[in-house]
Amino acid sequence: MKRIYMDNNATTAVRPEVMEAMLPFYKEHFGNPSSVHWAGRETGAALEAAREKVAKLINCAPAEVVFTSCGSEGDNLAIKGVADAYRDRGNHIITTAVEHPAVLNSCKYLEKHGFEVTYLPVDGHGMLDVSSLEAAITDKTILISVMWANNETGTLFPIEKIGAVARKHKICFHTDAVQAIGRVPVDVDAAQVDLLAISGHKIGAPKGVGALYVRKGVRLTPLVHGGHQERNRRAGTHNLPGIVGLGVACELADADLRNTAQRLSAMRDRLEQGLLAAIPESQVNGHPTMRLPNTLNISFNYIEGEAVLLFLDMQGIAASSGSACMSDLEGQSHVIDAMGVDPMMANSAIRFGLGYDNTEADVDQVLEILPNIVKKLRDMSPFYHERDAAKATANS
Amino acid sequence: MYSDKVIDHFTNPRNVGEIENADGVGEKVSSSCGDRMKVFLKVENDIIEDVKFQTYGCGAAIASSSMMSELVIGKTLQQALDLTNDQVADALGGLPAPKLHCSNLAADALHEAIKNYQETNA
Ligand code: FES
Repeated sequence: MKRIYMDNNATTAVRPEVMEAMLPFYKEHFGNPSSVHWAGRETGAALEAAREKVAKLINCAPAEVVFTSCGSEGDNLAIKGVADAYRDRGNHIITTAVEHPAVLNSCKYLEKHGFEVTYLPVDGHGMLDVSSLEAAITDKTILISVMWANNETGTLFPIEKIGAVARKHKICFHTDAVQAIGRVPVDVDAAQVDLLAISGHKIGAPKGVGALYVRKGVRLTPLVHGGHQERNRRAGTHNLPGIVGLGVACELADADLRNTAQRLSAMRDRLEQGLLAAIPESQVNGHPTMRLPNTLNISFNYIEGEAVLLFLDMQGIAASSGSACMSDLEGQSHVIDAMGVDPMMANSAIRFGLGYDNTEADVDQVLEILPNIVKKLRDMSPFYHERDAAKATANS
Repeated sequence: MYSDKVIDHFTNPRNVGEIENADGVGEKVSSSCGDRMKVFLKVENDIIEDVKFQTYGCGAAIASSSMMSELVIGKTLQQALDLTNDQVADALGGLPAPKLHCSNLAADALHEAIKNYQETNA
C-alpha cells in the first residue's frame, strides 16, 4: 500500500537539504554561540547566517528576528510581551474568533489579568471585515493580532489592509504567519506588520524551532528570562542545529515559492473539483479565491469526519479533521463553527494540506478512494436515508 | 488508539441497514457530540430474531452499533434490556476514555427500540 501524506498544515517532513545542513552542528560544530572561544565563534557565525536567511524571506533586518522554539512560543511572546510592555497605554486587544489556540489561549490568559479582548467574527468564507476591525478600536487598544492564513481552511486575511489600519491608529500589529510562510509571499514591510510568528516544522525545518519578527522600536517583555541571548528578548541556549535548519528552509522557500505554489494549487484544485464532481452534497469550507495554495477543507453531508479519516488512514492516506491540536477534543472546530457552517456539514469537514512531496498520483489515489468511503458511510447514516423526507418537510 | 476489534467492526460493520415493518424502532442522539443511532428490531416469542442499525457517528460509534447487534441477536428481550453500555465497550476490547460516550449510544438506542416494541405490543 502506498502511503500518502496530505497533512502538511499539521507538520511537514524535514527537507533533505535542511537535514544535510543541520548534521554538522550536532557533533563537529557544537559550540555555544554565546561563547567567546573558537567553538562559539564558529557557531555564532552560523547563527547569524541563519538569521539573515529568515530576514530575507520576510523582508526585514536580521536584528529584527528573534529565534524561538515554535510558532506557539512566538505568538505567546508577541501577545503577552506587547500586552505587558504597553500596559501603560491601555488594556484592549483585538483578535479574531478563528485564530490558532496559541493566540486565543494567550488572549484568554490576558483576560484573566485585566485585559479586554474583542474577538471579531468572520463570514461564511472565513473572511474578516476590515471596517468592523477598525470600528472595534478604542483609545485603550494596544494590540491587533490577526493570522495571515487560517490553518484549517487556508483563508487568507487582508493583512496589508489590516496593517494600514493598525499603522493609522498607531497600534501594534501581530500576525501568526505560521501557515503562510513558504506558501504565499510574506513581506513585513509591505504589510506594515510589527510582529510575525514563524514555525520551522511547517516549512520543511525540524520541530522545535521558530522565529518571531519584532519590528525595530517595538517594546516587548520577554517570556523566558535568563541570559542575554536574542538581545534580551528570549533567553536560553540556542537550538543551533534547528536554527540552521530553519535558515535553510527559509532560503529554499524563498527560491521556489512561486513554482511550489503553482504546482500545489494546480493539484489542490484538481482534488477539489474531482471530489465535488464525484460526491454530491459536498462543500468546500473557506474562501473560494483568497486561500492558501495547498489547503482544501471539504465537507460531505450526512456523515462524520472522524469515520472518514479512519477509512482514509486504513488505505494509507493521512489527512486531518480540523486542527491537529484539537483532534483529541470533542466537538466541532471553532473555525468552521465561527463561519456559521451548517452543523452536519461542519461535523464532516476534512482537511487536506498538500506539500512538496505530493504528486499527481497521490491526488488520483485520493480521488479513487474517497468517493467510495463517503458512499459506504452514507449508506450507514440515518440522516442520509431520511434526507428526502427531510427535504420535503423543509420545502413544504 | 482503537483496538483491533473496534477497527474490525468499524471496517466491516455487521447488521447495517433497516428492517421493513420492524417490530420496534428506537433511536438515541448523543448529547455531547450530536451523533445519532437508530435501531430496528424483529421480535418473535420474546426473542430478538434480528437487529439492524443506522449510525451517524465516529468510528467508535459505528463499531459499538455493530458489536451491540451481534451481542443481542438470539437473546431474550430481558437479556437485551440487561445489556449495559460498559458491556458493549468491553466486548470491543475497550475504548479510549474520550470515546466511551460513543458506546453509550448503542445500548441506549437498543433499549429505546425494545421500549417501542413493548409499548406497541402491550
Ligand atoms: S464522537 Fe460522537 S459518537 Fe463518538
